[in-house]
Amino acid sequence: MADLKVRIAKRCAKEFKDGEFANLGIGLPTMVADYIPDDVMVTFHSENGFAGIDAVVENEEDVDVDIINSGGTYVSAVPRVKYFDTAESFGLVRGGHVRATVLGAMQVAENGDLANWIVPGKKVAGMGGAMDLCAGCPEVIIVMLHTQKGAHKILKKCTLPLTAERCVSKIITEMGVMEVTDDGIVVTELHPDYTKEDIQAATGCELKFSPDLKPMEEE
Amino acid sequence: MINKIMTADEAVAGVQDGMTIMVGGFLATGSPEVLMDALVRKGVKHLTVIGNDGGLHTGQPAQFGGKTPRGIGKLLENHMVDHLIASHIGVNPLINEQIAEGTLRYTLVPQGTLAEKIRAAAYGLGGILTPTGVGTPMETELDELGRKKKVVEIEGKKYLFEMPLHADYAFIRPSVADKFGNYYCAKATKNFNYVMAGAADHTIIAPEKIVEIGEIDPDYFAVAGVLVDTIVEGEKKWQI
Repeated sequence: MADLKVRIAKRCAKEFKDGEFANLGIGLPTMVADYIPDDVMVTFHSENGFAGIDAVVENEEDVDVDIINSGGTYVSAVPRVKYFDTAESFGLVRGGHVRATVLGAMQVAENGDLANWIVPGKKVAGMGGAMDLCAGCPEVIIVMLHTQKGAHKILKKCTLPLTAERCVSKIITEMGVMEVTDDGIVVTELHPDYTKEDIQAATGCELKFSPDLKPMEEE
Repeated sequence: MINKIMTADEAVAGVQDGMTIMVGGFLATGSPEVLMDALVRKGVKHLTVIGNDGGLHTGQPAQFGGKTPRGIGKLLENHMVDHLIASHIGVNPLINEQIAEGTLRYTLVPQGTLAEKIRAAAYGLGGILTPTGVGTPMETELDELGRKKKVVEIEGKKYLFEMPLHADYAFIRPSVADKFGNYYCAKATKNFNYVMAGAADHTIIAPEKIVEIGEIDPDYFAVAGVLVDTIVEGEKKWQI
C-alpha cells in the first residue's frame, strides 16, 4: 500500500513545471512535494496564509510558533516565502493564480464532479478551503488508490455531496493516469501491472483509452 | 490623546450573554489568548462565535501537544458557545461532542467565503458573489441566519450570493501594534486577524508587543489603528 502511494506521488510530481504556484492537500498529496526534481522550483501554497511552504519541523527547538500548515502542524518556509491573510490567500485561489491543486477524493464522476468533504451521518469536519480550491484552481488533480477496498470511487455520478462541480481535470491512481474530458474519462497511461480490463473492472463508469496509451512510468 | 489601553477584563466587560463575537486565529495560531481567558473569567454564555475553526483542545496539536485548550477551544471547554460559524470543525473533538449533546449548533462556510463575508461587513459591501460552493450543499443549505441563498448567473457563469457577516465584538491578535492601534501580524498568524478589524461594533486587539507611536516605520502596519477601539496588554508568544 505504501509503495502504491509512493508510485502515485512520484507520477504526480511530473505534473509540475519550473516556476509554478500550486497547492497540495494533506495526506498522499503532501507526499508529492518529496518527488519534485531539484531543478524544478514549485512554490507551494499553504491556504492558511503563505506561498512557499517547505517541510514539517521535526524538532521542538526548531519550531517557529507563528508558522503552521493548514493541518495545524509546525512547518518551515522557503526563503522566497510571502505571508498573507485569509482573504488574500483565497483571492489567489479563486483568481486562478494557484495553477493546480492536488487532492484526495472519496468519489469522482465521469464529468469531473468531486466529492471529498463529507459523508452524511458521519462526524462533521467541514470543507475548510477545499471548496474554494476546487472552484478556483484551473487544474484539480486527484491522487488516490483506484478503489476503496474494492468499492468503486470513479463513478458515472457521485452519490456523496459535492465539493465542486466539473472541477477534476486529471486522476492519478496506482493503476494509471486518466484525463477528464467532455467525452468522459480517458486513460492516457496504464501501469504495466494491470490490463485495460483490470482498470475498467475497478471503475464505475465506462473508460476510454487514448490512441497513444503509454505505460505509467515508475521513475 | 485618547488612551485605548485597558486590562483584558475591562475590554470584555461589555460582552453580554447571547452576543456574536469573532475571533482571529487558525487552529489557535494567531488567537488572542488573554482575551479568551478574560471571557472565560467573565463566564458569558450562549455566544455565537465566528472563526476559522474551534481552536484546539488540551493535548493538540498532535505534533507538540499543548497543556491547555487554545483560542476558541477555551470557550468551547467552558460551554460558552451556542452557535459556531466556521470553515472547519473536525480538529477540536469538543465540537462534535457538543453537537451530539445538542448544546452546540454550527454553520459551515467555505474558508475563502468566510473571509469575504467578514470583509464585506467591514468594508460596506452588500454581499459578495463567489463561484465557491456552486452545485454543492452550500447552494441549498440556509446561511448562518437561516436565510436562503441566491444563485446569480453572470455572463454564463454561476455564483453564490453571500451576505456580510457582522459581530458585536472582534477579538484580534497582532504581533506588533502601536499605542494608537496600528498593527501587523507576523507570518502565518495573519489569517482572519486583518479582515475582522472593523467588521464588529467593537474591535479589541491583544498585541504580542506594543510600541510607542512613531517608534517603527508606519509602512510595516497592515491595519489602520482608526479601526481599533481597545488595546489589551499581556499577550505572550505561544510556548510549546
